[in-house]
Amino acid sequence: MKKIALAAALALSFGSAALAQQVKVGIAAEPYPPFAAPDASGAYTGWEVDIIGAVCKAAALDCAITPVAWDGIIPALTSGQIDMIMASMSITDERLKTIDFSDKYYNTPTVIVGAKGVQMDATPESLAGKIIGVQVSTIHEAYVQKYFAAGAAEVKTYQTQDEANQDLAAGRIDATQADSVAEQAFLDSEAGKACCEIKGTVADDAEILGKGVGAGLRKGEDELKGKINAAIKQIREDGTYDAITAKYFAMSIYGN
Amino acid sequence: MRDWLQPHRVVLIGLAVALVLACAWFLRWDWLAEPKYQLLIVQGIWRTLWILVVTMVIGMLLAVPLGLAQAAGPWYLAAPARAFCSVIRGTPLLLQLWLLYYGLGSLFPSIPGLRESVLWPYLRQAWPYAVVALSLSVAGYEGEVMRGAFKGVPHGQLEAAKAMGMPRFTMFRRIWLPQALHRVLPTLGGETVLQLKATPLVSTITIMDTYAVAGRIRQDTFIVYEPLLMLAVVYMAITGLIVLMFRWFESRFPSKSA
Amino acid sequence: MTAFGALAASSLDLLAYAPPGWGATLLAGLRNSVLIAFGAFGLGLAIGIGGAFGKLYGGPITRDLLAVYTTIVRAVPELVLILFLYYAVTGAVNEALLLWGYERIQISGVAAGIAVLGVVQGAYATEVLRGAILAVPVGQIEAARAMGMPPVLLAWRIVFPLMLANAIPGLANLWLVATKDTALLGVVGFAELTKATQQAASTTKAFFTFLTAAGLLYLALSLLSTVVFHRIEAWARKGQKRTGG
Repeated sequence: MKKIALAAALALSFGSAALAQQVKVGIAAEPYPPFAAPDASGAYTGWEVDIIGAVCKAAALDCAITPVAWDGIIPALTSGQIDMIMASMSITDERLKTIDFSDKYYNTPTVIVGAKGVQMDATPESLAGKIIGVQVSTIHEAYVQKYFAAGAAEVKTYQTQDEANQDLAAGRIDATQADSVAEQAFLDSEAGKACCEIKGTVADDAEILGKGVGAGLRKGEDELKGKINAAIKQIREDGTYDAITAKYFAMSIYGN
Repeated sequence: MRDWLQPHRVVLIGLAVALVLACAWFLRWDWLAEPKYQLLIVQGIWRTLWILVVTMVIGMLLAVPLGLAQAAGPWYLAAPARAFCSVIRGTPLLLQLWLLYYGLGSLFPSIPGLRESVLWPYLRQAWPYAVVALSLSVAGYEGEVMRGAFKGVPHGQLEAAKAMGMPRFTMFRRIWLPQALHRVLPTLGGETVLQLKATPLVSTITIMDTYAVAGRIRQDTFIVYEPLLMLAVVYMAITGLIVLMFRWFESRFPSKSA
Repeated sequence: MTAFGALAASSLDLLAYAPPGWGATLLAGLRNSVLIAFGAFGLGLAIGIGGAFGKLYGGPITRDLLAVYTTIVRAVPELVLILFLYYAVTGAVNEALLLWGYERIQISGVAAGIAVLGVVQGAYATEVLRGAILAVPVGQIEAARAMGMPPVLLAWRIVFPLMLANAIPGLANLWLVATKDTALLGVVGFAELTKATQQAASTTKAFFTFLTAAGLLYLALSLLSTVVFHRIEAWARKGQKRTGG
């Protein structure tokens, strides 16, 4: 029995080696609707998944969507487990020290979400004394640590934004900061509608919040970067981008 | 001491020291110098330690009645105790933690008046859930250990006490319990180490323990291995302390079997 | 009461086998967990046999190195070990491949999980097997030697069966640890039951339902394993004198 299991394990690892010519596109294993979330059958669907398909088609690449744990996704890229990250990762200077990015493919504002009926806006004064929740290893965590942590009662970090939203609905945290589009998906759900609302957009800080979301690449992969940039440009020009966006959102999320 | 001076040991120790020095020289340790990270690390270690101590104490206090119920109790006490221990030992601690924190949390919005109740400040924070989950886990595993310990005390002693007319509670207090505790003392150190290794799981319910601090440093600086190495060293140091403490404890209570 | 009934009904919907029910996802996760636990247990057993023999019959350097291995693995939390081994092993393998001019390979989640957990299990298995071998009554070995039994036959006919009976409780424990440690792999991102549960719960917000369901699945697995191991132990102890009195 052990032998069979061992042989199966070896076969699995070598079987994957035979497909090494693919471009493995890493996405976050944690659900992040409406960009990428698994459904009951395990397949990932969402705006970002569709964009990955469109970009790969335009760049004539054979892409394999590979879910990776969010907080290990950059090491997974640098160690070669995946070849590209398209997981709503913002282009920040801090990340540019370790990896490279393609051109941005969307840019949405960052908002503070809090309980209904509570007076709050997205300023440090208003958030003083509150308990703020953020997803670990995101630009939002960095932003909250820089601007709100000094005055806040406590900053709690979660493995997924869903867990932070869950605690917001349960009342364990007073506010959470996240991407406006992702939060809108939560606020459209039953739990979200009952409990919370958007309180305001945070003041911009391009250094921390980055200049939009781009595809993460290893440093030095200029050929792949060129192909991805050309593909992004192409799908924006030929209307594929807008067609996909129309399926999920009321307006363009490309940003400025 | 002679043991350590054998030639092959000296060579191995020399290699180990060289490895440590090489790590200290070539890897990135600049993050250790930052005061904000130093404060976080100290706070994280403190949280790990107090959670370990509190849950071990509460867990052992629960484990004694659980073990006793299984060893000598009537069926209506023994069966639930057995079921409890089976469930705790049969499911991952991570799941128990999440069930308490997120599972109960998802029920909060449907309970009216909860936010005004006395319990609310405790239900809001994460540490009560960690303490409850870990204590129940200790109780489940140690309850099994205590069951074996209670059963292992020679029955003759208990019968003799009964024949002498000793009241049941006095017999328990004077003969059964001390001997059972004496039997488990050698394994208690090992069990504490196992509990220590379970504490990193509380980082998944927002408690900033040592593991969470290392994770935060890794994410801020994008360094992959060095914080993990520091983490391993910290846990090994705490393990060493626990082992030494229990060895000293055991030497204070010399083993005298009947 | 109706609220409770509604909750129960919706829970059963969510757990249904076919999509949009998540039952199939959870069962697939369970299958992955069992596969990884199986492979890790097997790998750990293999490492443990080598380690036990090395610790008992090997030279001083072997013994010391094995002592370092078992001490480190038993002193450091599994979560830390899993993270470290995952990045270190996959990084090292890929670096080696690049050095020799090959392409990087993608080590599949199951294979990596088996490798990582197997190394952790190996340290514990070493101790269990070493204790089991030591517990074999010396008298029986001496008698066999006095009879002139060749060493290989001695190992196969005498040491191995007796050692097996002693080792089974410890190995049963190890198997249960393996099945539960796969949950830690989920935290690192491997696809198995706990990860599937987290995804299902996150997507549907029905945390209580899915966590309870996952707990029941793990419990079923551990109860089944305990029964199986009791049978195996009874078979292994056939013909041996019952201890105690």
